[in-house]
Amino acid sequence: MNLTTPLGDEVLDLRAGDRVSLSGTIYTARDEAHLRMMDVGIPFDPEGAVVYHCGPVVKDGRLLVAGPTTSARMNALTGFLIDAGVRGLIGKGGMEQEVVGRLRGRGVYLAFTGGCAVLAAARMQVTGVYFEDLGMAEAVWVIEADHLPLTVGIDAHGGDLFAATQEKAKTQFHQRFNIKQDTFS
Amino acid sequence: MMVNQADPGLVAALADATEQAFREAETRLPPDVLAALRRAAAVETNRIAKQEFDNILENIALAGERGVPICQDTGVPVVYLSLPPDVPFSSALFEGVREGVRRATSSIPLRPNVVDPITRQNTGDNTGLGMPAVHVVPGDRLTVTVLPKGAGSENVSRIGMLLPSQVSGIQEFVAETMLIAGGRPCPPVILGVGIGGTFDMAAALAKEALLLPVDIMDNYEQELCEAVNALGIGPMGLGGDVTALAVKVKRASCHTASLPVAVNVQCWASRRASVEVIR
Repeated sequence: MNLTTPLGDEVLDLRAGDRVSLSGTIYTARDEAHLRMMDVGIPFDPEGAVVYHCGPVVKDGRLLVAGPTTSARMNALTGFLIDAGVRGLIGKGGMEQEVVGRLRGRGVYLAFTGGCAVLAAARMQVTGVYFEDLGMAEAVWVIEADHLPLTVGIDAHGGDLFAATQEKAKTQFHQRFNIKQDTFS
Repeated sequence: MMVNQADPGLVAALADATEQAFREAETRLPPDVLAALRRAAAVETNRIAKQEFDNILENIALAGERGVPICQDTGVPVVYLSLPPDVPFSSALFEGVREGVRRATSSIPLRPNVVDPITRQNTGDNTGLGMPAVHVVPGDRLTVTVLPKGAGSENVSRIGMLLPSQVSGIQEFVAETMLIAGGRPCPPVILGVGIGGTFDMAAALAKEALLLPVDIMDNYEQELCEAVNALGIGPMGLGGDVTALAVKVKRASCHTASLPVAVNVQCWASRRASVEVIR
């Protein structure tokens, strides 16, 4: 399915596991950018916006590499974005249940393949930047994406592919090694 | 030819070879790893996992074409030197490798990842206290082998001091390591497993196991690999048949009262390259 930013109610129809191709404007943000936005406000229109967990390498206005970073680091820093209207998060590894709940009826988490930094850069162009003083990796880069190949990891109905996969793995492990008690959470 | 300790030519030649090895490792996967990824993509039955493989293979091809690093986490430098009898073991070896790492960092370029462990201050050139990690082994030729190691997979690596009665529990320990790791190390992974030796040796063996070719596994390795793949974690933790491309094991004799087991987790971007030093 093709998605174009800004996102609207069409994301509510998506289900965890669906493949989507995303085009349009997206905004990078890692830990520092989230903290800054909580402090001074969101520098872009958040309505239907897509935030990409990524610290790219930009040289002379060109993206060299722009792979996804681990989204879990932003678990506690994401609520205000969704509340402000952000409808899409892109990253790797998924996010905790609090975020899954917050996305219900509002938006989706889109998984981009970890390590695919060159593929990402090949489908993106930088068009602007906010908070450049935070440094290259932590600044908010405005990026024009062209058909980013993504998987819906968390949908707007509480569906969470990461949690479901991990639950299955745990069951499988316990059966195979005949473990009665949970040794770790 | 005899080379003396202060030979500046040796330092320069080593620096060149180290830089070249990093360029090769960072921008192109070894043929055996690439073949393992292609094979895994072909046998994978999960629709979502197949798409993840498509992205990975396209990314590898693009990195090769553009001559840029495969992943933005270009790792910390781990280096193995093989030393022929006519080259003395000296600080010149370490100097040469350090210089090569510095040059590789600015010329490829690599992300400066090396920081002080407490102050977290970045050195800016991927060298630092005890970094690069340089391991010297005897050999016929002077070669530099590099293994740039990313943090996502290194962070979920694990060591256990098992009991001698737990030999049959090694498989469980290996599978449990991957269960705890889940999608965090960017699977499909390669697991280097060190069995035996001492506490520190097991970890060193686990990392050395990552240098072994992944296109062959003995029965023991195959069984470990199947136990990991049975978890169904799949590429990026999104589910699938292939969680591990391979499990490689290195062993050492150990104390009758102990059984150290270390699992070094490696993401799909299993980068390594060897370059012979031209003297």
